[in-house]
Amino acid sequence: MIELVEYIAKALVDHPENVTVNQVEGEQSIILELKVDPEDMGKVIGKQGRIAKAIRTVVKAAAAKDGKRVVVEII
Amino acid sequence: MKSVEKKAKTVEEAIEMALKELNIKKEQAIIEILEEGNRGILGFMSKAARVRVTQKDNPGQRAMEFLEGLVKHFKINPKIEMFEEQDTINIRFEGKNVGALIGKHGSTLDAIQYLTSLVVNRGVENYKRIILDAEGYRKKREEALERLAKNMARRVKETKKSVILEPMLPNERRIIHTALQGDSMVNTRSIGEEPHRRVVISLK
Repeated sequence: MIELVEYIAKALVDHPENVTVNQVEGEQSIILELKVDPEDMGKVIGKQGRIAKAIRTVVKAAAAKDGKRVVVEII
Repeated sequence: MKSVEKKAKTVEEAIEMALKELNIKKEQAIIEILEEGNRGILGFMSKAARVRVTQKDNPGQRAMEFLEGLVKHFKINPKIEMFEEQDTINIRFEGKNVGALIGKHGSTLDAIQYLTSLVVNRGVENYKRIILDAEGYRKKREEALERLAKNMARRVKETKKSVILEPMLPNERRIIHTALQGDSMVNTRSIGEEPHRRVVISLK
């Protein structure tokens, strides 16, 4: 799922070279920490978090196939 | 549109550098040669070649490329069809397991549609509307919402009490409003704030 978050984020931002995703394994879920260039924060969050919500929805759907719970956090 | 200028010993080299920087293929580029360049004689009088390379704007192709890359992560291999109208790009997924792309009440499909629209319309002047569909889902959902609207309208008439529907997206609410527009006994309106806006059906 790291690749998917990376793929989406890179397509949205102006500085794809500064996109990093870090995976933290929790007991029941996987946390994916998305980091982007400070200038690009708005591009992955959006007004009222609309973009962030869309990213989470897509990643959750893709992860459901593996039966995993995935949380995307933007840091 | 993105455009870069590059200088190199030869025109070919300059073009290659520019394509690499834009991360596109030659077919996707408009190439202008600004200066031919000159090798000079034994290194004297040599002049650098200069080119300007501009990325062709092809929103439909951008949408397709983004989606092809995206669905790979769902481990499915659907057929993706696109047809363009004036300001709208319609894309359809067909094939096995495309239900994974739809999600509950089309929430996944809507999220993918929204992200695709952002990717395609990033930094361009002419806004393109993106509409995604999978296995005829949109049409089915529209019919289901029309049925819901009619059933709820009947209930309102029988009980003489208003009915508040569950939160819906703007396009879904529009389907409800349209379905009951011709009904002389009820009217519809929306209440609440996005994303929790709901349609209320009540007696006139």
